[in-house]
Amino acid sequence: MSEMYVSGQSGIGRLIQALAESGHRVIGPVVRNEALVYDEIDGVEDLPKGWTDLQEPGRYRLEQRGDEKLFGYVVGSASWKQFLNPPETVLWSGTVSPDGFMTDPAPEPPKYAFFGVRPCEVAAMGVLDTVYGSDNGTPSMGMRTATREQTFIVAVNCVEPGGNCFCVSMDTGPAVKGGYDIAITEIVHNGNMRYLIEGGSKAGAKVLEGMVNLEEPTEAELEARDSSLAEAAANMGRTLDIEDLPELLKGNARNPRWDSIAERCLACANCTMVCPTCFCNTVDDNLSLDGTQATRTRKWDSCFTLGFSYMHGRPMREGVGARYRQWITHKLATWVDQFDEMGCVGCGRCITWCPVGIDITHEAAAIRRADLRDTPIGIGGFA
Amino acid sequence: MALPKLAVYKFASCDGCQLSLLDVEDHLLDIASVVHIANFPEASREVVEGPYDLTLVEGSITTPHDAERIHEIRRQSKYLVTIGACATAGGIQALRNWKDTDLFASTVYAHPEYLDTLHTSTPIKNHVEVNFELRGCPIDKMALVEVVAAFVQGRRPNIPEYSVCVECKRKGTPCVMVSQGTPCLGPVTQAGCGALCPSYNRGCYGCFGPMESPNTDMLAAAWQRLGVSHRELVDAFRGFNAYAEPFRIASDHHEALAVAQGE
Ligand code: SF4
Ligand code: SF4
Repeated sequence: MSEMYVSGQSGIGRLIQALAESGHRVIGPVVRNEALVYDEIDGVEDLPKGWTDLQEPGRYRLEQRGDEKLFGYVVGSASWKQFLNPPETVLWSGTVSPDGFMTDPAPEPPKYAFFGVRPCEVAAMGVLDTVYGSDNGTPSMGMRTATREQTFIVAVNCVEPGGNCFCVSMDTGPAVKGGYDIAITEIVHNGNMRYLIEGGSKAGAKVLEGMVNLEEPTEAELEARDSSLAEAAANMGRTLDIEDLPELLKGNARNPRWDSIAERCLACANCTMVCPTCFCNTVDDNLSLDGTQATRTRKWDSCFTLGFSYMHGRPMREGVGARYRQWITHKLATWVDQFDEMGCVGCGRCITWCPVGIDITHEAAAIRRADLRDTPIGIGGFA
Repeated sequence: MALPKLAVYKFASCDGCQLSLLDVEDHLLDIASVVHIANFPEASREVVEGPYDLTLVEGSITTPHDAERIHEIRRQSKYLVTIGACATAGGIQALRNWKDTDLFASTVYAHPEYLDTLHTSTPIKNHVEVNFELRGCPIDKMALVEVVAAFVQGRRPNIPEYSVCVECKRKGTPCVMVSQGTPCLGPVTQAGCGALCPSYNRGCYGCFGPMESPNTDMLAAAWQRLGVSHRELVDAFRGFNAYAEPFRIASDHHEALAVAQGE
């Protein structure tokens, strides 16, 4: 469906404007607290022009690139899930009065345009669509569904992967595979910043048709786009060998590697908070002091907290090794049983934002090297 | 039906935590409508005798007299809730636990023999049974409202015990340790402050004490990679919650290493 257009940076500005004028709250990458976060943008001037992000396990630095690129970095510190399933959502609230019990009206779902969504992040939204759309989802995710349905997605393909990226292993990038309205690829051609723009949906095509001054790309520009993306695919910061991975993890529940992780892991939960697909929530019920106002709030939770597995008077996963094992095994193994795909899209956030630099690809590889499935200790399965 | 009786007691402390009860603004009237504020000298001269249904205790035990007094208060209280770092961990004054209090007394006072003080500052739970601990230096005033509401409604308070990081990420603040190389106690500290410091580009100072499963060794190792010395680690762990066990053990450990390595 995709007709390809090309423009300079002014076209990007006009696109943001067009989305705002059609009633969207446009969210995109901006610099805050010395990192990239996603927040409301008014125009192209809000984008982190000329910035890049250096990402290593447990380390992130923003640096000036010395060029004019608008998209010369990879994923933001937090993910888009903060808008679709906000960290704290009031599920309902209500008041008791002499007239009876009245619930407060539910708010209208916001109408977002997400600008600058990376291919792995588009994939992550699809992963969560499956989670919330399946029988495992709860009816109270309705707000997320309503918001998601009217969200306009402007994807940006990755021509310079970050140090912790492994989308190629997860088959989610570096070019967006679907699930977007408009996709942009930023190239430098003959010394000029050029933006190849294509529609990915009817809504996307309509926006592009309404835009003036978009040009038709030259053969050379199209070639430059394709070769940049091919080069990106060959330059991933990390790889994850997914061959037989679900069975490997499920069969290594007693691998001593979990003890080594238990020593290193802080159980701080940063990894799950920044992950674009981690979806665990808890629900708090609050009643005002006088007992007349009740509020039920959903909050992001994490399998790394003790409260998460607290049942019958004690936590089921007391040891930190068991908590990490639960997390990685769910991401890369039991998620497949539940949802027919893995729960990781290869964005690298959990690696970068772990204060002690624990690396999911590294830990999976370590389990593979010390596979215990054929030894007696490995028998017994999921302990 | 008579309202449950509330009492507030103070031990060695700055008053900040109990004053948050007066600082809850609109909620103060709500509190007064669900409990009878029976004994709260900071608020009222009127003292209704015990026993009390809910007793809030601020401050740590630092004198022989206080070590006695807390037992009488416990006897008078159905539920005893300690509030703040002093009451739950010994407070900043627990730094004396590593020092010579006689030397302090003789340096500061002309007649130290008039003083009757203990050599230690200890949390209330070391002396009597405590039903619930509300952490923080100071406590969060809305958390105090929650504790009172939970008591009145006969449920468990919604007070998390996980790390500051959970609140910090919910708030959308990028990790200051990862993105700026700023040492932060957040990963080993209990949530409750709303991750205040990191949102102002500062590391966490550990005001809410150790989280539920603190890995102080690994956090310290990460700080050392950022160039922090053992001596500085001792200072970091010896803050408002210095005498909380995980922080105390960590600070002792790094003190021994600092001495061994001639820092
Ligand atoms: S598990 Fe890690 S790499 Fe995978 S999607 Fe989550 S944050 Fe990204
Ligand atoms: S893996 Fe890293 S980010 Fe995740 S809980 Fe452990 S220390 Fe925290």
